[in-house]
Amino acid sequence: MMLLSVLFYLFATVLVVSAAMVVTIRNPVKAALFLVLSFFSAACIWMTLEAEFLAIVLVLVYVGAVMVLFLFVVMMLDIDIERMRDGFTRYLPVGAVVAVVMVVEFALVMMSDRFDSHSLPRPGGHGPDYSNTRELGLVLYTDYVFAFEVAGLILLVAIVAAIVLTMRRRPDTRYQSPSEQVKVSKSERLRIVSMPAEKRPEINK
Amino acid sequence: MISLSHYLVLGAILFSLSVVGIFLNRKNLVIILMAIELLLLAVNMNFVAFSYYLDDLAGQVFVFFILTVAAAEAAIGLAILIVLFRNRRSINVQDMDQLRG
Repeated sequence: MMLLSVLFYLFATVLVVSAAMVVTIRNPVKAALFLVLSFFSAACIWMTLEAEFLAIVLVLVYVGAVMVLFLFVVMMLDIDIERMRDGFTRYLPVGAVVAVVMVVEFALVMMSDRFDSHSLPRPGGHGPDYSNTRELGLVLYTDYVFAFEVAGLILLVAIVAAIVLTMRRRPDTRYQSPSEQVKVSKSERLRIVSMPAEKRPEINK
Repeated sequence: MISLSHYLVLGAILFSLSVVGIFLNRKNLVIILMAIELLLLAVNMNFVAFSYYLDDLAGQVFVFFILTVAAAEAAIGLAILIVLFRNRRSINVQDMDQLRG
């Protein structure tokens, strides 16, 4: 239990500090890298909650796919950071006040005795042969199968939407059309011009 | 002893940090998208914590679907961002006033 506390506070500190860096650092590439770090720490915290499948999914899908997508986009765009930072210091006091008020309000609700370790003790945990993935799959493909199909549909729509949004046909680009090349006939390529015959000029007389 | 309120307060801190991130980086669309991802992570933290302490897998199933929708949202958001940058040469939120009458 002592080890658990140490691990929790370690991961929570890394998570909060890296999340703070994400929203305050100047360089968007560094912000994306700090976001990777915060996702990773969150995955570690989910491990302490015995949500192994979701922790691995968070690392594989978020760190592996979504954040790489973010990094690609951030590096492709030529962003003028200085203009983006206008008003950062102006809104910092207001933002800090709002954050502190929100945290205090949340804490007042969540530190109540309804959620402490007396009324809701930490479960003892499952045995070594418990598989979180198997249990999740058993409910996911039975009770939640409709929602699962809808999630697949949402991903399909997202793929199509992302491709349609970013695909462009530039009118000034030249590209081949193989079907037209095959269908071509002699009359389109060859022009026979009738010319009158001319007398051979007399050379080297 | 780590109780449920520890996880809930951690999620609350994360949530407030990302809300403030949207406040501070009002102009940078990329950072706003990242802050939205952090918001969803904070909410997921609550779901996972409740799922463990109440011993109910429904919370984890819900997190699964939130992750799906968040991935779709990030993909479409970044696609819109690229189209916007291609047309306007900028991702500043204040430059997006074409619809203003």
